[in-house]
Amino acid sequence: MNKPVEQKDTRQSDGGGSHPIYLNVIDASCASCVDKIERALKAVPGVKDAAMNLAQRSVAVTGHVEGSSLIKAIESAGYTAKMAGDPSDRDSIDEQEKSDEVYYRRLLRETWAALSLGVPLMVYGLFIGEMSVNSPGQRLAWLSVGVATLVVMYWAGKHFYVGAWKSFLNHSANMDTLIALGTGTAWIYSMFVVLFPDIVPEMARHVYFEATAMIIGLINLGLALEIRARGKTSLAIKRLIGLQPKLARVIREGQELDVAIESVALGEHLRVRPGEKLPVDGVVLEGHTTIDESMLTGEPMPIEKGPGDTVVAGTINRSGTVIFEATKVGKDTALAQIIQMVKRAQNSKPPIGRLADVISAYFVPVVMIIAVLSALVWLNFGPEPRLAFAIVCATTVLIIACPCALGLATPMSVMVGVGKAAEAGVLIRNGEALQTASKLSAMVLDKTGTITLGQPRVTEIELVAGGLEEHVLSLAASLESGSEHPLAQSIVASAKERGISIEKVESFKAIAGHGVSGKVGAHELLFGNERLMNKHGIELGDSVAKGQAMAARAQTPMYFSVDGRLDAIIAVEDPIKEDSISAINRLKEDGVRIIMLTGDNRDTAKAVAQRVGIEEFYAEVLPGQKSEKISELQARGEIVGMSGDGINDAPALALANVGFAIGTGTDVAIESADITLMRGSLHGLADAIEVSKATMANIKQNLVGAFIYNVAGVPVAAGVLYPFIGILLNPVIAGAAMAFSSLTVVTNANRLRLFKASAA
Amino acid sequence: MMLVNVAGLIVIALIVWWFWLYKPKAASDIGGDTVILVANGTYDPARLSIPPGKPATLKFLREDESPCSAVVVFADLDISKDLPVGKVSEVTLPALPSGEYPFTCQMQMYRGDLIVEENEK
Repeated sequence: MNKPVEQKDTRQSDGGGSHPIYLNVIDASCASCVDKIERALKAVPGVKDAAMNLAQRSVAVTGHVEGSSLIKAIESAGYTAKMAGDPSDRDSIDEQEKSDEVYYRRLLRETWAALSLGVPLMVYGLFIGEMSVNSPGQRLAWLSVGVATLVVMYWAGKHFYVGAWKSFLNHSANMDTLIALGTGTAWIYSMFVVLFPDIVPEMARHVYFEATAMIIGLINLGLALEIRARGKTSLAIKRLIGLQPKLARVIREGQELDVAIESVALGEHLRVRPGEKLPVDGVVLEGHTTIDESMLTGEPMPIEKGPGDTVVAGTINRSGTVIFEATKVGKDTALAQIIQMVKRAQNSKPPIGRLADVISAYFVPVVMIIAVLSALVWLNFGPEPRLAFAIVCATTVLIIACPCALGLATPMSVMVGVGKAAEAGVLIRNGEALQTASKLSAMVLDKTGTITLGQPRVTEIELVAGGLEEHVLSLAASLESGSEHPLAQSIVASAKERGISIEKVESFKAIAGHGVSGKVGAHELLFGNERLMNKHGIELGDSVAKGQAMAARAQTPMYFSVDGRLDAIIAVEDPIKEDSISAINRLKEDGVRIIMLTGDNRDTAKAVAQRVGIEEFYAEVLPGQKSEKISELQARGEIVGMSGDGINDAPALALANVGFAIGTGTDVAIESADITLMRGSLHGLADAIEVSKATMANIKQNLVGAFIYNVAGVPVAAGVLYPFIGILLNPVIAGAAMAFSSLTVVTNANRLRLFKASAA
Repeated sequence: MMLVNVAGLIVIALIVWWFWLYKPKAASDIGGDTVILVANGTYDPARLSIPPGKPATLKFLREDESPCSAVVVFADLDISKDLPVGKVSEVTLPALPSGEYPFTCQMQMYRGDLIVEENEK
């Protein structure tokens, strides 16, 4: 058995100690733990210092030392340690959920406290008595209400005031600023009326304690509901994180042990039984099985696996038991990388969101200025009681304005949209790719490997000069054994299938876009297309017609010449993927112009294009010309998507407005394109375009909604309608509107979770 | 009444000055040990300075439970990081050319500036 390779956390603290390593020790709970852990760490060779922070349950270690040895030291002291800030860590998600839950409950408590004062006061003001100060008895009563309100402000609204003050010191302003100013103004004015009624004109001796309490209550309620709604926006990423099992069954020294997946080392052998999830990436050593990869790729059919096949973490073993060797563990597994990419994309912003960012940067101070201006206008030109009107309008303006709705509009939809795409096996690199994909007008498809399977096989051998098929195939395969072209490999594979021996090739030369030449034994060989034959002056005669007939049947004819004379035509066919036709129909229905590019000859290209329903195609395109075609389309004003395997097509993928890398299963270079399709099917393209369109539509709804809400709400709150139809907003209504505007944005974003791609 | 109007205009002028015109004080030099607190709606310190052309690691400690603070985003760099409550999270930055790189929460309410410049000291 292979000796397990020690997997090390390569993060190191540098010798100078200026960059400490942070570790989280989850189960440290008492002051004596601190001492124990610090001593254990300091005993590790290379550690200069270790300082534990019990409140954070984290420990900072300086010195020249590896993370894994620190974890071991803490574990041997009897605690569990993890490198700090591991984002794909399941435990940290659980912990975050717990802490969100605690915060949610606290907000609800604060809501009830504030509302239980605010609601009775409001009912009193509306139906029972007047909320004004006209007698010493009323003064005393309102004074006690004012103090009660202050208690509510402190207990249920402290976070607004502290937040507002801290940002103020920082020369910035946010939602807290507006709420603190609005509720603060209402309370201070009311208290002023209670304490100094004689200074205030009689008609303006009104108190607004109910507004202060109600607004704090409603906004806390809005925040609490928002937390719940937000939890749903990250369901997709939580589902991905949940795919990784906690335990792995490793075989160590002939014994099977269940261990935590973090301790699985590279090169270790693992066993998975039917129904179990795969813990890490690896290569099958023994056994046969089928594996369900749908959770990662969206591919519904289970894939057969046997010795030598790769398997990936998070997929489910269906039928058999296999033993496999771990080739990627921890952060290197495909699943971990997918999680990283989705997370990064979820937090990136499409260009459409930039305007909202610019607006929200100026938003709060502008609202403050509008509040002051509207107060001044009421004081100068308003009806009596001017002071009361001025205070109410300024408060309402401050409260109704909601920078959050504007700020949340884009990120919430991107979170849900990118997550939704990932569920379908579509990995979107960032917000920009998402936005551009929604606007694609043309899609360039490479034929081989994209529309077709990319696994050509020899279907026909036409002997021009007589002789034996075996002899021709032997020479051809010997020549092609030097080439990596898929067509060449199909010739070699065909020879091997028939048990034909392959000889050594000399002075092998590949001529891009033409074919290959070389010498096998005493024979000078040429193998390639018509162009290659013409170039070398080889007479084709009526073989051209034969070749064309093969091409019309969607086969690729290749001419084979021996010692300057045409010897045979070998036809190779690359079968069309089962679902290419339906996927191309979907793309057409999505309004995308489809262009097929291929290096293959014109007739074969035409036959394939006709079969799958593509009207526009370019054949005999040399590898370097793909980029030119894309530039041409772009010059004609098209927004061009290009899909390819991500290896040969890299320049064209990079040049296209959106490059799609089509993977085969999970074996895919995730970093290589704007959008990566985990499934080999073209349906992924349609899925990607449809989900992008739905997400962008959702963002626009959110932005327009939030924008209109603020643009309409702030002037109404300032009282512009009052001179015309006598409408003035109550600050409590403004508070409710504000609290629910951001909730509406999050809820609308969550609607995207219901998105379904058109019939796949 | 005149007095009230003048006072109002002065308040407006103060708002403009305080939030927009005020030039912030020098940025905090970020050594390895500085942990940026995410608390009470702000990053503290909010202006950070690092030298150009060198990769750097920033450490954030989120204390606010509000989900608003859950992610820090360096929009220009396409870098973002989830910040779990009560834990130090590290953001690794590549070597950057001189310039200002704002970092914010998802909604731009928490704001900070990363200033990449040669240290004069």
